[in-house]
Amino acid sequence: MFTFIARRVLYSIPVLFFSTFFSFLFVSYASNPLATVRQNPRATPHLIHLLTLQYHLNQPVIVRYFYWVQDVFTNKLGKSLVTLQPIWPDVQRTMGHTAQLCILSESVAIIVGIAVGIYSAIKQYSFFDYSFTTVSFLGFAMPVFWLALLLQIAFTDEYNKWGVRIFYTSGLNSIPGESWFTLDRLQHLALPALTLFIISFALYSRYMRASMLDVINSDYIRTARAKGVSERKVIMRHIFRNALIPITTVAALNIGGLLGGAIVTETVFTLDGFGFYFVQKLGQGDTYAVMAYLLVTAVIIIIFNLIADITYGFLDPRIRYD
Amino acid sequence: MTEFTRPDGSTGLVPTNPTIAGAEPLAPDGGIDRAVETTTEAGLELKARSQWQYARMRFFRHRLAVAGLIGLIIIFGCGIFAPLVAPYGFAQFDLLHTLQPPTTAHQHYFGTDTIGRDEFSRVIWGVRTSMEVGVFVAVASTIIGLIIGAIAGYQGGWIDNLMMRVTDLVLTLPALAILLAFTALVGNGGQWTLSFILVLFFWTGIARVVRGLFLSLREKEYVEAAKASGAGDMRLMFRHILPNTLGPIIVNATLAVGVAILTESALSFLGFGIKPPTPSLGELVADAQSNPDQWWLTIFPGLTIVLIVLCVNFVGDGLRDALDPQQRRVRA
Amino acid sequence: MPDPLLSIEDLVVEFKTEDGVVHAVDGVSYELFPGEILGIVGESGSGKSVSTLALLGLIPQPPGRIVSGTAMFKGRDLLRLKKRELRKVRGNEVAMVFQDPMTSLNPVLTVGNQLGEAINTHFPDEKDEVVKQKVIDLLTLVGVPNPEQRYSQYPHEFSGGMRQRAMIAMAISNSPSLLIADEPTTALDVTIQAQVLEVLKRVQQETDAATILITHDLGIVAEMCDRVLVMYAGHIVEAGDVATIFRSPRHPYTIGLMNSLPKLTEDEEWLEPITGAPPSLINLPPGCPFHPRCFLARERCRQENPPLAPVEGSEHKSACHFSEELIGRKSKFSEAVA
Repeated sequence: MFTFIARRVLYSIPVLFFSTFFSFLFVSYASNPLATVRQNPRATPHLIHLLTLQYHLNQPVIVRYFYWVQDVFTNKLGKSLVTLQPIWPDVQRTMGHTAQLCILSESVAIIVGIAVGIYSAIKQYSFFDYSFTTVSFLGFAMPVFWLALLLQIAFTDEYNKWGVRIFYTSGLNSIPGESWFTLDRLQHLALPALTLFIISFALYSRYMRASMLDVINSDYIRTARAKGVSERKVIMRHIFRNALIPITTVAALNIGGLLGGAIVTETVFTLDGFGFYFVQKLGQGDTYAVMAYLLVTAVIIIIFNLIADITYGFLDPRIRYD
Repeated sequence: MTEFTRPDGSTGLVPTNPTIAGAEPLAPDGGIDRAVETTTEAGLELKARSQWQYARMRFFRHRLAVAGLIGLIIIFGCGIFAPLVAPYGFAQFDLLHTLQPPTTAHQHYFGTDTIGRDEFSRVIWGVRTSMEVGVFVAVASTIIGLIIGAIAGYQGGWIDNLMMRVTDLVLTLPALAILLAFTALVGNGGQWTLSFILVLFFWTGIARVVRGLFLSLREKEYVEAAKASGAGDMRLMFRHILPNTLGPIIVNATLAVGVAILTESALSFLGFGIKPPTPSLGELVADAQSNPDQWWLTIFPGLTIVLIVLCVNFVGDGLRDALDPQQRRVRA
Repeated sequence: MPDPLLSIEDLVVEFKTEDGVVHAVDGVSYELFPGEILGIVGESGSGKSVSTLALLGLIPQPPGRIVSGTAMFKGRDLLRLKKRELRKVRGNEVAMVFQDPMTSLNPVLTVGNQLGEAINTHFPDEKDEVVKQKVIDLLTLVGVPNPEQRYSQYPHEFSGGMRQRAMIAMAISNSPSLLIADEPTTALDVTIQAQVLEVLKRVQQETDAATILITHDLGIVAEMCDRVLVMYAGHIVEAGDVATIFRSPRHPYTIGLMNSLPKLTEDEEWLEPITGAPPSLINLPPGCPFHPRCFLARERCRQENPPLAPVEGSEHKSACHFSEELIGRKSKFSEAVA
């Protein structure tokens, strides 16, 4: 097992290099860092000259790429050319917020999705099943940004409309400052989390239902029943154990879509998250910040892919990585 | 029993069936035809249908799939015939009738926006763009993915390895982020540029699926049998393996239309995808952000996207059931 | 003659499908005596599996439905038992071995675990070590080598034949009085088939369980069974002891089945299949279900469904209006059986 992990990690490194290199390539060609710097009103010619030397902006792309890589490790992702500030603190802060949002929405989505999927499969063709199938189909067809916008519009000005304040429709806190686990934060995160929840829920409930049906109709369940095993034990011991296996993979591999959804949702609700950060920096043409985002998310995706493979191998004895 | 003479001159006994067509014996060489005849005459059903006919029958049994198909025909029909259906142009504005709620007056069925542009027309024009982008991206990426995936899956070896590494590169990057970066920096706001960019990323998903299919089918017995009869690589790929992969490929391509439309609208919403003057449903939703009280500006474009993707998914689901040769599955 | 262990009366099972109602089992009655091996032979769709699945309540009830009939087993009607009572019977007094060993075992649990479960379900108070030892003994009985090692292995690490042996071990773990084997060797290689049949025979001798052996292979019937039922389109068309039926079959379908088998002892140029196609279970032909393919068929066959009635002596039964016409005729295998 350890050799497998080691091999995968080793393999991921060149992949990471190549993907960041290509990203760096087109980001550099398509944007002009020098022009961006010159736009900065505080940039004196002397400063520009200094920056050019410091960031090797007059060197070929390949050289610049390696300097960037060096920066990633030694200088914590370096400095933004737009704000002239270090990138890492911003990344750290915004990543934390996005993580909070995603963990909130995903954990609820997984639990509820699995539960609904299980019940839909057991009571196939019932009203419950049909209604949630409809919900899933809607979830798949729903653009994330539209859902976010609808929720936002519905609850904007709710204090003026209904006299109660339940949800907030923008920002992370009512009062500026970091308060991570307060009711206020929850009220601000509720609607964005609901948006992401609905999209993920559709996925998980659907997959769980399909997986359950697959298992329920298989021969070994019939064998278990023929042995006289009680229905409760059949469900817990035989059906669940098998039906849950694919879901772990689905959840882990959903990370790419989740991060994409986060980009859109944070933008709509103006949350200080990693996704919104990326969109802003992209708009400003801030090369190194954009690269920072791509690098960090690529690493996250690789890690989650690895987690998916490992859990699958752990749960299914038929898969053994030797 | 009746006697009959075999080709070599020997005689044999065969059961007679007196109730059916006299006491004619069953000649061994006419066996199958006779069997078919006797069965049909006895009133039992024995109709032979082609595989595609079965698939079509199965598809039309799904009410949702049929509903989706009808929906798509209507909506895409509006898109194709947009100049005829839309009362106004996309950019046509009318400062006398701004921010009007939906009404039948002046054919402003979906209302108007801040400068009096007709929302209904704008949605129709947006549908046309979405349709073009969706279908183009699905078809182009399927063709490219099919070719590359087939070669990779069939040949194996270093070609397969190389292809898979390339798809790995693309698939490990965050999809929306990369597309945003690409379109932000390379895009010019036009729909074809965006379509090409989307194809550049979508083909990898399809290639993976096709490769998997070719890889598994390569080992199937009927391929080995064909090989043993002397069939060459090309023939094997096209005549034997490919037809059996068409089912999943068609399903994937159909669903890709929906994904492409959703992706394009998200990119356009964020301002990086399709920009004015080219119409786009995502763009319309973005415009509506500044007028949250005018619900018709937000609802109608978004609802249209949902309807299109919903219909596409219904059709895709129906196709999946229709084209699945192993009907072991229960209806989704 | 001893009392029958199992007595099935007029069993009717239906399935509701999109195309109509499938009459899978259409009025089946037979008896099974302790210690004997009863073969049920027929084509796919003849209802042979369904009739036994109904006994253990293993037919999914939404599409399937036990319309009528009784199945008296040790004084109780299995078809009318409550769920809790039925569960006590399953795997305990009545056990089943299924066709496909690849898919009949849970892939994520060890073989030892699953065999142990069969015992634990009915004897929950047994200590773990006792159960484990019993499982290892069972594995030895059915001929699985290295049973201590194999106990902790997963089904995918077993070969097909070994998996089926494990299934048999699982079925006999609680010494059932009735063992049902549903096409136990169909999914296996021919050489492995012989081994598994050996195991089945040995196990039956050890436990003296009455066995129902379902198969489409007449050869297996000839080798293993004491009596045999021939089924067609949900009906029993012939019943009797194996020697009699092979020597002198009294139903056109049975004759057709035997004629279509090649003989090892003679040269044959042509095989003689049964004419026509298998019937649609949704639109069964009127009267006798076999009449469209029958060489004896007359007008009466189209109108009246022949009952299963004795032919020569009370033990040999045939469901044919004209079975007397077949008296005196020798089958293809009469010399072999003599």
